[in-house]
Amino acid sequence: MLDFFTYFANWLAYTVFGLDPATRLGTSIHFFIEDTTKILFLLVVMIYVIALARAALDLERVRAYIQGKHRFAGYLFGSGFGAITPFCSCSSIPLFLGFTSAGIPLGITMAFLFTSPIINEVAVIMLWSLLGWKFTLAYVVIGMAVGIFGGMILDTLKAERWLKDFAAKAYQKAAGAPRHPGEAEVPQARKMTFAERHQFAKDELKEIVGRIWKWVLIGVGLGAALHGFVPDGWFAENLGSGQWWSVPVAAFAGLPLYSNATGVIPVMESLIMKGLPVGTTLAFCMSTVAASFPEFIMLKQVMTFRLLGLIFVILLANFMVVGWVINAIGPWLFAGL
Amino acid sequence: MKTFEVLGTGCKKCQTTAESIERVASELGQTVTVEKVTDPAKIMEYQVMSTPAVAINGEVIHSGSVPDHEKIVGWLKP
Repeated sequence: MLDFFTYFANWLAYTVFGLDPATRLGTSIHFFIEDTTKILFLLVVMIYVIALARAALDLERVRAYIQGKHRFAGYLFGSGFGAITPFCSCSSIPLFLGFTSAGIPLGITMAFLFTSPIINEVAVIMLWSLLGWKFTLAYVVIGMAVGIFGGMILDTLKAERWLKDFAAKAYQKAAGAPRHPGEAEVPQARKMTFAERHQFAKDELKEIVGRIWKWVLIGVGLGAALHGFVPDGWFAENLGSGQWWSVPVAAFAGLPLYSNATGVIPVMESLIMKGLPVGTTLAFCMSTVAASFPEFIMLKQVMTFRLLGLIFVILLANFMVVGWVINAIGPWLFAGL
Repeated sequence: MKTFEVLGTGCKKCQTTAESIERVASELGQTVTVEKVTDPAKIMEYQVMSTPAVAINGEVIHSGSVPDHEKIVGWLKP
């Protein structure tokens, strides 16, 4: 079905604009038209459909659900809910405090916050359509692993010591309170009529598309430029054997860049098609998406520099491990991609 | 006179929320005070997890989005 967008781009770029498919400009413009139309179409349809389904999921219920879980299940659920729960990054502080003051361990809260920017429905849809289901599945597993392990490390180090005072106090108060089984009851889902769900989905669609369309254009534009102007085989020749140092370089190069997953995925597509090893590509892209300075500045309100520094190091280390592991097993994992 | 508190750590949506409450109030010819609460400790006390949120007299009446026109009119009714 998605072939339609390739035909459309053929027609528009080569017939209407009269570009030559053998030129750099021709392939770049073709890539740009195909990817923007495909992505925007998928976004509109899928955001609406998914929003209909999750209209009744709110943070209070998610919190109560995680609260009732055993610690290790907690990391898994924290990260899983981070992936599916809609929430705007400007809400991360209230969310962080809401979880912390309910006695949820710092690591579980951070598993939620780490995974949240990496995985969302938009990223999954785009990956699926551009790079196939195998890659999408690997990306989701890796995104959750980054959150889960990051959280576990924080708790192992008892990192809640380095919260700002007021947050640490709120956590201790809640964590020290006697807990009875079944105390954290999950509130009932709000009953919603279809009209209410439709309204929610419509608002959600308007809000998300309004926020990310620029990122899509920038991301696809960069991807298109890479696609047309980096000579085929350049990455393969220079970095193709997954030299070990290419992974840390990629992770550090992604740091100062800040984009959301939507903008990065078309770039990822281009890099992989040009022969950059998948692990190196992932290290670069996850670093761009998950470690962002605006987010760190926000977290400064509830954390000391020491804790922020620690989180930063943990994230970087995680991206490098991901890069190395995937480079090592990638040829076997993505055969035929 | 009603006093509204808009809770949020200073994102654009919180700004919009405060402005729309003031605008609707002046359309209805009412004077209201709108205070912006950006201190995370205070927001935590209100137990709000998604911002922007709105409180009147210390009670949270809305959270998670920019309230629409009708909703604000509802709050301003005597």
